[in-house]
Amino acid sequence: MRSVIVRKAIKLVSSALIMSGILFSYVATGTEKEVATLRDTTKIAEQKEPNIIPKVINKDIRQGRNYPMQPPVIPHTIRSYEVNQYNNKCMSCHSRQLTEESQAPMVSVTHYMNRDGNFLAEISPRRYFCNQCHVPQLDAKPLVGNTFIDMHSLMKQKTSQDNQE
Amino acid sequence: MKKLLKVGWDTLSSPSGYYSLGFLVLGGFVAGIIFWGGFNTALEVTNTEEFCISCHEMENNVYEELKTTIHFTNRSGVRATCPDCHVPHKWTDKIARKMQASKEVWAKLWGTINTREKFQAHRRELAEHEWARLKANDSLECRNCHNFDFMDFTEQSQRAAKQHSGALAKGEKTCIDCHKGIAHQLPDMKGVEGW
Repeated sequence: MRSVIVRKAIKLVSSALIMSGILFSYVATGTEKEVATLRDTTKIAEQKEPNIIPKVINKDIRQGRNYPMQPPVIPHTIRSYEVNQYNNKCMSCHSRQLTEESQAPMVSVTHYMNRDGNFLAEISPRRYFCNQCHVPQLDAKPLVGNTFIDMHSLMKQKTSQDNQE
Repeated sequence: MKKLLKVGWDTLSSPSGYYSLGFLVLGGFVAGIIFWGGFNTALEVTNTEEFCISCHEMENNVYEELKTTIHFTNRSGVRATCPDCHVPHKWTDKIARKMQASKEVWAKLWGTINTREKFQAHRRELAEHEWARLKANDSLECRNCHNFDFMDFTEQSQRAAKQHSGALAKGEKTCIDCHKGIAHQLPDMKGVEGW
């Protein structure tokens, strides 16, 4: 019984490996022309003029999601904000007890839960480093387009279509 | 000993029998210039960044941290050196601070913060001294460069403009209340107001 499972697993893994290999080679050749690296087509021996460094968007206006379940992006600069073993500068505005004064968006309740779903008094260690998921945005032209439409808009479109029919 | 003191006192209290009054007055005047000038020059030497970072405690910890901040490098090239923020500019206050600093010489001799670990252990205490000083003088050293009267709120981000035109304008808060750790890393901020 056990050996059957093992054999099945080996089969599955090997086929997945082959598939990913095919997919990878397709992606590699497919995107080569569309998206260049930072070096563009500069020759190996030459040094490329660096691109202008874009500015951080600092408008304090919340932005929509760019893909499903995207962690909200930071709409302000975070230069020299310390998040280390001693301090978390983000939490000096976004923590639950300080949002009234700061009027900043409150950190969601999931960030206070440990992996077993128990609620902690302080932000959970696994959610402590905000920049792992939340990042500020640069005022730069996107390298690739995005046609993402969130589920809510899709549902709305569908119901309006259904109503017309 | 008592005899020696008496001879000294007798010499000082009796009139000069050899030098003319003019020589003594002019000589005293010139000597005064030299001593006073020398004193002030020496004082100014201790008021430079080179002097501060001639100790490794300052160079390897706080100076390295300052290097990454906007007070070290920025678009216009104006920069703050150590004494700009840490030594009062007014003469009497400066002398008072310099007298306080004699305790820091003592700490240097004993090696109180001569390793990174020791420095980290003392960071909260050292930071609290500076917070207290800036709180007491209404962030005077910040205001030597950042003048509230000429702040353009429309050039600031919305959050900054709200705080500056509100709490700061009313005098409820001073610069250091919010802008802690702008030039050096913060200590453990547990229990500090607003953290």
